[in-house]
Amino acid sequence: MDGQAILARLRGCFGDRVTATHDYRGDHTAVLAREAIVPALRFCRDEPDLAFDLLADLTAVDYLTFPGREDGPRFEVVYHLYSVALNHRLRLKAQLEQDDAVVPTATGLWPIANWLEREVWDMFGIRFEGHPDLRRLLLYEEFQGHPLRKDYPITRRQPLIGPKV
Amino acid sequence: MGVGAFFTSKLDEAIGWARKYSIFQYPFVTACCGMEYMATACSHYDVDRFGAGLPRFSPRQADVLFVVGTISHKMAPVLKRVYDQMCEPKWVVAFGVCTCTGGFYDNYATVQGIDTIIPVDVYIPGCPPRPESVIDGLMKLQDKIAAGTQRY
Repeated sequence: MDGQAILARLRGCFGDRVTATHDYRGDHTAVLAREAIVPALRFCRDEPDLAFDLLADLTAVDYLTFPGREDGPRFEVVYHLYSVALNHRLRLKAQLEQDDAVVPTATGLWPIANWLEREVWDMFGIRFEGHPDLRRLLLYEEFQGHPLRKDYPITRRQPLIGPKV
Repeated sequence: MGVGAFFTSKLDEAIGWARKYSIFQYPFVTACCGMEYMATACSHYDVDRFGAGLPRFSPRQADVLFVVGTISHKMAPVLKRVYDQMCEPKWVVAFGVCTCTGGFYDNYATVQGIDTIIPVDVYIPGCPPRPESVIDGLMKLQDKIAAGTQRY
């Protein structure tokens, strides 16, 4: 299915909860309000002509010092979808404010979202509401802070951890 | 100088001489330096000439801990435990800049030099060090072992 047609389907179903759409060199993106992101993901997965059966990636971006984006929402959670059957792709985004960095979980839609969301929590400190087991994935429990946030000092040294007894 | 003192110093020398030619290493290989370590250990450079040809993959059988490659904070407890499990006398070689100082991994995940965790006897810089540097470091370690100046 053509990317513009997919975006039109989304706009048709979610109306002004789709806050922006754009495409760049054949990659189509829709930015959605936070409360619409999980219904939109479910819509993309379950509609027969969309059939996005694969969550290819779930990640986040910190726009704290991004030129031109200093005043906007600080975080974006990004969902990359792919349809194995129909061979088309779509990117969905949800924007989050710094003080309210919470987004509903997508673990009910794709099991892989479990680990991807844990990684985003680990690196960005974005919480996923309803996640069954939101622990750090890559770093260790004693780690303080979330290192991929732009205000994480690059020279900060974490306390060394010893062998577990 | 008494007879005993003379005898003791000569015995230390004999033990040091024997130890420096029977280095059983434990290669703690975590990253790309491992390739250079393997090149050094194989027949072209032949580390067996220095009596260090037999790596032991149990810390309890090893004399020298070769820390080869980047050590992350998550790996640090493992390294510390391996060091603690080695019997004395034991020595540690930091192989490559990552183990010496953290190298260019000046970030949240990497230990900035393994000497923040365990004592180090010989530092071999390089990214990765050439086999010649490794052999040079090994010979310096041999000198140190023969001199018997290590702490227990």
